[in-house]
Amino acid sequence: MLIGLFNAVRAAGVPVSLRELLDLHGALKAHVAFADQEDFYELTRLIWVKDERHYDRFDQAFGAWWQGVASQPLTPDAVIPEDWLRRDFMRQLSDEEKAAIEKLGGLDALMEAFRQRLAEQKERHAGGNKWIGTGGSSPFGSGGFHPEGIRVGQGGNRSAVKVWDKRQFRGLADDAELGVRNLQMALRRLRRFARHGAQEEFDLGGTIDATARDAGLLNVKMRPERRNAIKVLLLLDIGGSMDDHINACEQLFTAARGEFKRLTHYYFHNCVYERLWQGDGGTYSNSISTMEVLRTHPPDTRLIFVGDAAMAPYEITHPGGSVEHNNPEPGGVWLQRLAVKFPRLAWLNPMPQDSWNYTVSNRLITEILGPRMFELTPKGIELAMRELVR
Amino acid sequence: MTFQSTDTYVATSDLSLAVNAAITLQRPLLIKGEPGTGKTLLAEELARSLQTRLITWHIKSTTKAQQGLYEYDAVSRLRDSQLGVEGVNDVRNYLRKGKLWEAFESGERVVLLIDEIDKADIEFPNDLLQELDRMEFYVYETDETIRARHRPIIVITSNNEKELPDAFLRRCFFHYIVFPDAATLEKIIAVHYPDIDKALVDEALAMFFQLRDVPNIKKKPSTSELIDWLKLLLADRIPASALRERDPGKAIPPLYGALIKNEQDVQLLERLAFMHRRQSR
Repeated sequence: MLIGLFNAVRAAGVPVSLRELLDLHGALKAHVAFADQEDFYELTRLIWVKDERHYDRFDQAFGAWWQGVASQPLTPDAVIPEDWLRRDFMRQLSDEEKAAIEKLGGLDALMEAFRQRLAEQKERHAGGNKWIGTGGSSPFGSGGFHPEGIRVGQGGNRSAVKVWDKRQFRGLADDAELGVRNLQMALRRLRRFARHGAQEEFDLGGTIDATARDAGLLNVKMRPERRNAIKVLLLLDIGGSMDDHINACEQLFTAARGEFKRLTHYYFHNCVYERLWQGDGGTYSNSISTMEVLRTHPPDTRLIFVGDAAMAPYEITHPGGSVEHNNPEPGGVWLQRLAVKFPRLAWLNPMPQDSWNYTVSNRLITEILGPRMFELTPKGIELAMRELVR
Repeated sequence: MTFQSTDTYVATSDLSLAVNAAITLQRPLLIKGEPGTGKTLLAEELARSLQTRLITWHIKSTTKAQQGLYEYDAVSRLRDSQLGVEGVNDVRNYLRKGKLWEAFESGERVVLLIDEIDKADIEFPNDLLQELDRMEFYVYETDETIRARHRPIIVITSNNEKELPDAFLRRCFFHYIVFPDAATLEKIIAVHYPDIDKALVDEALAMFFQLRDVPNIKKKPSTSELIDWLKLLLADRIPASALRERDPGKAIPPLYGALIKNEQDVQLLERLAFMHRRQSR
């Protein structure tokens, strides 16, 4: 009987394997949960779902299965955008208004109406009394008032209709194929081990050698641990067109910081000029001269640019071309300088590769740096790392 | 034997179900959740309520899986052999038992907490698959296999700093501790401060949830921060009325240092308060 649920959950994109199905049978046999639908739901989730990001998909699949209806395709438009539900304001309703709101019918009618309403509605809505949104008096939404309303999002209310319909794990769902673990595995390729620093590892060969020289009297030798000695300089484009990719960049940064002990990072806006920023904000006080970065990093530093390389062409070709300040030298000159000082470099672009040729600036950068631009995907990063260790 | 809320720890129904299922089916239980929602505390309370020993293995970034099994101290043995120390013939004297060994050879069923497994190297969980699955491991030096006499109850916590490998996850049950709702929080507070003023709790909770609802806040205050904050409020004898006169122009709660741990968040609140003052003018 559980095969149907198993297939529904798998179809919803939750990675469940046969082993977990058998585990659930085992748990039911052991009477961990018995004749209680809520317990059964919690038990199934405990055994089948291994990541809180999948909770939301599981809830949807479980809800659909429980009602005996075929699971609807979980396309993005079946998901309520988070910002519709953000509580901008609390609307106070007068008593007459409250009295005017009547029940829509039974529970089933309410659920059905909710689905219909969701299908009709196309944009965010706040206030008002029909659409799903914030602070209104429609029965659907959040932070509003309706005696028999469905509360969407902002879970934690035990009295809500059904636990799995609360979809309280919506905020944890994350469809990025670009997991931090994937990225880290891709970044691992960039390793160059060397020994330096404090001597804290036992050197077996050295000890035997020294002991033999001392005519058998033990002479312990220690040596520094093997560490990844690679030096990485990460230059990230922020602001403007990069806002859409902030998530991907954060994941890359998290993965890189975990992987490389010697990582420095700076930010630039659109193109690299005479100053780089150490944090966001873009004030002069937290910026550093690009010349100084060039001077203080040894030439075997691996340089990684992260940016969409989408800018006005004259930002690269002309002095004074920057959108923010009057730059005495064009961006292209600075790119050139970086490329000469750090011959091992790669550019990671969060945009899909097919779109690169549509921007002139992209072609200009490829002309300066050579064909060393890669997609910001685990695959692209692997290619980039291969380029960097060459 | 079932695990339920104790007089010092409030477990929601889904958490007790998770723990009981893990005990019944003898699977490791992986616990995730926001920092400060009582992940580590769970193992301590579990050991207490089962009246057994808790063995804690704290994971650091340098921890290796082998250290949990045993370590062979060859250097001291070599040195001892030159000095002619007694017992140098027996290799067992130079095996240092790790936490897993300790848990396996215990005469009763113990609770083994593997704390913050995500701190270790990315391959670390993979190196423990066999040991957690079969509850046995092989000691090369003495040519023997150590088997668990009583399968320990294993609780593993993670803070999501690294993703865990699939093969490891398959062997665990997984529970995500959701941030408690107001009713559960009140119970938790009652457990910690049994005779606290009800009005103060209501006001503090209202302010606390308001703070958690501020959009874009970096580190949301969690249960342990709320408990600390209440302790400060009690120590300073701040009356409920002081919390009640909530002037939106003053968005920062009294003694906020216990609640907000991030200076960007303090600035965010100040900015919000400033905008509110300007609007109301």
